[in-house]
Amino acid sequence: MKRTKSDYIMDTVITVIMVALCFVTLYPMYYVIVASFSNNQALLATPGVLWYPKGFNFGAYAMAFKHPLLMSGYKNILFVLVVSLPINILLTLFCGYFMASKNLMFKAPIVGLIMFTMFFNGGMIPNYLNVRSLGLYDSLWALILPGALSVYNSVICKTAIEAVPDSLSESAYIDGANDLIILFRIIFPLIVPTTMVLLLYYGIGHWNGWFNASIYLQDNYKLPIQNVLRAVLIANSNILNAAAAENDKMDQFAETIKYAAIVISTVPVLCIYPFVQKYFVKGVMIGAVKG
Amino acid sequence: MTGQAVKPSAPGNNQSLGYRLKRDFYRNKFKYLIILPVLVYLALFCYKPMYGLIIAFKEFRPNLGIAGSPWVGLKQFHNFFNDPYFFRLLRNTFTISFLSIVFCFPAPILLALFINEIRSNTFKKTVQTITYMPYFISMVVACSLIRTYTQQNGIVSQIVMAFGGEATNWLNKSEYFYAIYIISELWQTVGWNSIIYLAALTGIDQEQYEAARIDGASRMQQLWRITLPNLIPTIMILLILRMGSILNVGFEKLILIYNQGIYNVADVISTYVYRRGIIDAAYSYGAAVGLFNSIVNIIFLLVANKLSTRYTESGLF
Repeated sequence: MKRTKSDYIMDTVITVIMVALCFVTLYPMYYVIVASFSNNQALLATPGVLWYPKGFNFGAYAMAFKHPLLMSGYKNILFVLVVSLPINILLTLFCGYFMASKNLMFKAPIVGLIMFTMFFNGGMIPNYLNVRSLGLYDSLWALILPGALSVYNSVICKTAIEAVPDSLSESAYIDGANDLIILFRIIFPLIVPTTMVLLLYYGIGHWNGWFNASIYLQDNYKLPIQNVLRAVLIANSNILNAAAAENDKMDQFAETIKYAAIVISTVPVLCIYPFVQKYFVKGVMIGAVKG
Repeated sequence: MTGQAVKPSAPGNNQSLGYRLKRDFYRNKFKYLIILPVLVYLALFCYKPMYGLIIAFKEFRPNLGIAGSPWVGLKQFHNFFNDPYFFRLLRNTFTISFLSIVFCFPAPILLALFINEIRSNTFKKTVQTITYMPYFISMVVACSLIRTYTQQNGIVSQIVMAFGGEATNWLNKSEYFYAIYIISELWQTVGWNSIIYLAALTGIDQEQYEAARIDGASRMQQLWRITLPNLIPTIMILLILRMGSILNVGFEKLILIYNQGIYNVADVISTYVYRRGIIDAAYSYGAAVGLFNSIVNIIFLLVANKLSTRYTESGLF
């Protein structure tokens, strides 16, 4: 294929625009990393664009890792993840398998009940009162149970299950397998990529969620990591200092510890990012186009 | 399933209902068993709150409970329509939603078209990896970055000063709020939202391009005549979905970046529900405002779907 002059111009223009876009996208994140390794006073003295750390040191990280609230935030979100994800995946598989199965007398009304919740829900206030009336207020279960199942995700799961040839489950059925065996031994191994996408969606949702915790939790030591970050970064609350044993030392790092906290809270997500990236396109496609 | 293929029911379906019910439950007992926890979940966390919505027509008092609180009819709605903030809330919600559709909806399409035109595979992968990344940055972190960078002595001020402008706290100025909101929204979502278009682009039949090249079509012509028309169905479906949530301006971001000084442009229905309903504990009022919001959304979704099926032959349902 011969390339014309206009092809070269177009390629150059595209490359320039894309490089600029990548720079603009990355810089805000790069700044956080640079600032987190900087010296607090030096950082405050140099507003504006930074290219490298001012007065390189790990002080802010040392402080952050010693911080009781940040650490309890980490512990709480890990608890939520460990308990939630198996529940999420199990319910999603159940729901997806049911919606994908055929020849059920009560399939239509039950699927109707399930799908209706995608288009209409009680809204913020009734949900809030519901959680309170169920006795989940000020408990980490308030972050786990109300979001135990996403119907949208089970539609993704259903689409994946439907793509598995019927003959596989039929032959297992003849051999005497029941639905549970078919689901876990035959269907599940074949939809692992989709399950990875669902794990990613649920996991990111839990990790980055803050709103429910902010309305359901009272005790500072029950707050998950994002709410601790919010208190520190946005509400400018002094819970960080109040909770810290070494008050004066915290002050020395008042600015840089914020950036260190951002890095610490975001690194786990960015670590799994390369491993799951190949599943993105698959997940988005089955969810949005066929769903 | 197979069981039925072996023993087909009579064409007239003359077996009794009781027999058919029993057979259905016997054959599908595990299916009904696994859907049970799902139904329990839906009952407790979706349908029970829907029942709780009746407090929008009541004067809810926590000590009386939902059922025991007195009915007040449409009083809460009446109060909302006469609320001094009603028009402001409606205007802000529509403005933010409209601006998002105008700027944030086409941007991913444009990005996907650009990425699609990149020749080098490595460069293509790099651009994708980098542009998807902000989507995984949590809302709290993203909003704290917005606040930091728009401070009096933040990066934005420094850049503006370099061009002869004046430093200010940009988030305290109503006139800059929408620009900040939209630009940060683009940063957060443009890459992620382009994935779906990129996936649709890979589905286009390559023979169309070959035929066009043989006929001497330039790359620009191929873009206009082949790529874009092939994307139209995907674009339409996503646009309908977007229209359906026109009053669903995300409160999470707004709560994190707005302040009392810019409520006149930044306060939307959902943030008002949050402040009145949860912070001020005006539960019934908040529920009524939320219900109003949902109903308007459903109407928009139905209208957008209707228009789309009529004019483009691609709709949701």
